[in-house]
Amino acid sequence: MEAEPGTDESIRCAFQSHIDSLNNAPEWWKAFKRDAFESYLKAPVPQKSDENWRFANRKGLDLSHCDFNSDPNDLDTQSLIDKSRLTTSQSGAFAFADNQTILSESASAALLEKGVIWCTLSEAIMNHEDLLKDYFMKQAVDLGSKKYADLHSAFVANGVLLYVPKGVEVDAPFYAYNWAVSKEASVFPHTLVIAEEHSRVHLVETHLSSSDQPSLSCGVTHLFAGVGANVDYTLIQGYNEETLGFQINSNIAGKDSQVDMNSVVLGCKRYRAETHGQIKGPGAHIDMRSLALTDAGQEIDQRTLQTHSAPHATSNILFKNALKEQSKTIFSGLIKVDESAQQTDAYQTNRNLLLDSNAEANSLPGLEIEANDVKCSHGATTSEIQDDEIFYMRARGIPKDAAQELIVYGFFEEILGRIEDESLANYSRKLIQAKFRGESV
Amino acid sequence: MTTAATQIDIDRDKGDFKYEESHKYDAGIGLTEKTIDYICDVKGENDWIRDFRKRALKVFESKELPTHWATKDLENIDFNKIRYYLAGDKRAKKSWDDVPDEVKETFERLGIPENERKFLAGVEAQFDSEAAYSNIKEAVAKDGVIFMGSTEGLMEHPEIFKKWFGKVIPTGDNKFSALNSAVFSGGSFIYVPPGVKVSHPLQAYFRINAENFGQFERTLIIADEGSEVTYMEGCTAPKFDTATLHSAVVELVAMPGAKIEYITVQNWSSNVFNLVTKRAIAHENAVVKWIDCNIGSRLTMKYPGVVLKGRKARGEVMSIALANEGQHQDTGAKMIHAADETTSNVISKSISVGKGRSTYRGQVRMPKHLKGCKNNTECDALLINSDSRTDTYPAITVRGDKNYVQHEASVSKVSAEQIFYMQQRGLSEAEAMSLSVNGFVNDLTRQFPMEYSVELKRLIELEMEGSVG
Repeated sequence: MEAEPGTDESIRCAFQSHIDSLNNAPEWWKAFKRDAFESYLKAPVPQKSDENWRFANRKGLDLSHCDFNSDPNDLDTQSLIDKSRLTTSQSGAFAFADNQTILSESASAALLEKGVIWCTLSEAIMNHEDLLKDYFMKQAVDLGSKKYADLHSAFVANGVLLYVPKGVEVDAPFYAYNWAVSKEASVFPHTLVIAEEHSRVHLVETHLSSSDQPSLSCGVTHLFAGVGANVDYTLIQGYNEETLGFQINSNIAGKDSQVDMNSVVLGCKRYRAETHGQIKGPGAHIDMRSLALTDAGQEIDQRTLQTHSAPHATSNILFKNALKEQSKTIFSGLIKVDESAQQTDAYQTNRNLLLDSNAEANSLPGLEIEANDVKCSHGATTSEIQDDEIFYMRARGIPKDAAQELIVYGFFEEILGRIEDESLANYSRKLIQAKFRGESV
Repeated sequence: MTTAATQIDIDRDKGDFKYEESHKYDAGIGLTEKTIDYICDVKGENDWIRDFRKRALKVFESKELPTHWATKDLENIDFNKIRYYLAGDKRAKKSWDDVPDEVKETFERLGIPENERKFLAGVEAQFDSEAAYSNIKEAVAKDGVIFMGSTEGLMEHPEIFKKWFGKVIPTGDNKFSALNSAVFSGGSFIYVPPGVKVSHPLQAYFRINAENFGQFERTLIIADEGSEVTYMEGCTAPKFDTATLHSAVVELVAMPGAKIEYITVQNWSSNVFNLVTKRAIAHENAVVKWIDCNIGSRLTMKYPGVVLKGRKARGEVMSIALANEGQHQDTGAKMIHAADETTSNVISKSISVGKGRSTYRGQVRMPKHLKGCKNNTECDALLINSDSRTDTYPAITVRGDKNYVQHEASVSKVSAEQIFYMQQRGLSEAEAMSLSVNGFVNDLTRQFPMEYSVELKRLIELEMEGSVG
């Protein structure tokens, strides 16, 4: 499993040319990247004995064939820009193809005047050094993918920064479209949202492929909700099924704030997503929901952590997986309640629907509770569609296949119904239906 | 309650006494091949057992402590300071009159002979490494039931023993099963012939008397086709300043249609590391039920398992854990489904008091060629004080056809309204608390044999005293 010396050399070269390409970037940025890269090299690949990688297939994590400096030359920018319009009302949008900005729609003058910052990461490095120094990649990676977070820091070149000042409420969502284009492309989507006191904001992030070529995606998203702030975030992951994906999310909720997260997970051959919800202040609420539909050859490995460090707060997780053909899912969730976090309400639910006898669902729902005055529970169930449900529909003239399809859509509706932006919810439904029927969108 | 006090006593302080040591056989401190030779020579064992033990020692030495998932407290066990074999006499006595006085007195204080007369079909009493007493009622023996120490079992019934020995739990299963395989001594061997239903429980009582000692009993129970047996074990040790190690291996084999119920009431003193591997194989239509109650020890790591090997086999684990100040009860269950239409049920309740920590670890596996398997797991934790701690780590893997798994866990505290309601009706706060806690475990304690459930209730009341606030 250890990386071969040759591989090490090729990634070193790739990193050197990445650094060389940053000629205009400030020195602190380059130094930060060099440190991250060294730490990436030093960190061992996931070991068998690592509890955070239990049940995960550790093969196929080889990155030696990845092109870390891909330069899409035959880019059909216009068609990607056309596809990067999922909604009619938005506050701003950026689209990236292999890390390069292809579309930028800035926030309205009114929002800019109020102090909203909506810019790409490459702009932020030049203009918002102070914000980045306080918030950029400052979260510990507790769920096993520290090495891949370091890889992200080393190579990340673009992404979005959204800063919403105190008291500012933004109605329409901001969109960040991330496209993987070239063969063996490596994309590093980065999203940083800072919502100050009593602000409200909504952000959508898509991770999509424009071709059938294999690629690597290694993304990081950090959401910071200040006192009383309200952050709503949706991630649509619809890469092709040749992609290797890592996604590391942290949702940090301050006093009386609320963070909502919805994930729609459909793509990748192998996808590892780590989500850490951190309750930092009393009265905070974090809701994290995810749906995944898998088919032949896919492995979707999702790990979550809910950390309660403050009293009187609530958090809730709902992860639903439907598995077709020979595919595999792993859900690992841990609720951690510190001694000081009395009056915590924390829930965690994992539901797996097996649609094929070759599908494999793994659940690791965990609790670590150190406070006594809490309500914490988790539930995990795995089963097939019940015969009587199919029978009910067949008795009403619905063919078996259609009945099964309807039940799966209904199973996901609990999450899709929580996506506020209706056109986005419909787009997700379309992706799910296409995947279920084996069609292309 | 007065009648209850004469029953099997699991009151913690009652076990906290010891007698001077006078061991005829002592393998010394530390573990080398010489220790194994000494044990084999004393026991007069065959060469295949000697080889088996020596191979196991190598496995034990080669395996790391499982601290990548288990508590670091395991590192406090100093394997070089433990005495691995201590025995007064290598043969168990058939009559209490022949048992040395101080040993007899020990068991009398624990109420064993009295219980034997009252409701047991057979008793084995182990003192340090070897059984001091072993007897089975004539009526039961006449049916062909074999109940003896595992040392005797190996000598007298090698044809049955060898067939299953180490087959349910292989030496290399984990570091502690390897350790047990290297130095095992004592434990029970039970064989129930086809169709025989043993109406009263067989009981074993394990007693550690010596300091710096490790007890490594090995129990093998085989219930042949259509037979039924209930086995109960209890254990105590005096409180020493140094750590004591108890590492047993228990293997159960339920042949087609057989039923085994295995009841443990573990009340080791708070310096004992209790690291036990327990597993059963259930063949077609067989039922294996583990009833596991952990009240004592410093650290217990025990995950009774059932390998459901035959069609329609059923496995159950009912467990209660009480973790008081300074204790860590790391318990759970393993259900390995290996045949169609097998079912399993796990119900675990834990109570953490003071800085006590209780942990549930579970594993449920349904591989892909199986059809129609079901598992239900429920684990509930009750936290009494603000610094009590509980963890839950289940692992569930499901494939195959028409398989169904549900897992639920909850953590709660005794609600203030409940306590207030009872106080309104004249109960003191402590009484209300202990009533609540007893209510929490009530549906499980009801499953225990009467004698145990009454005692358990009393014990919980005792443990809850002064824990309010």
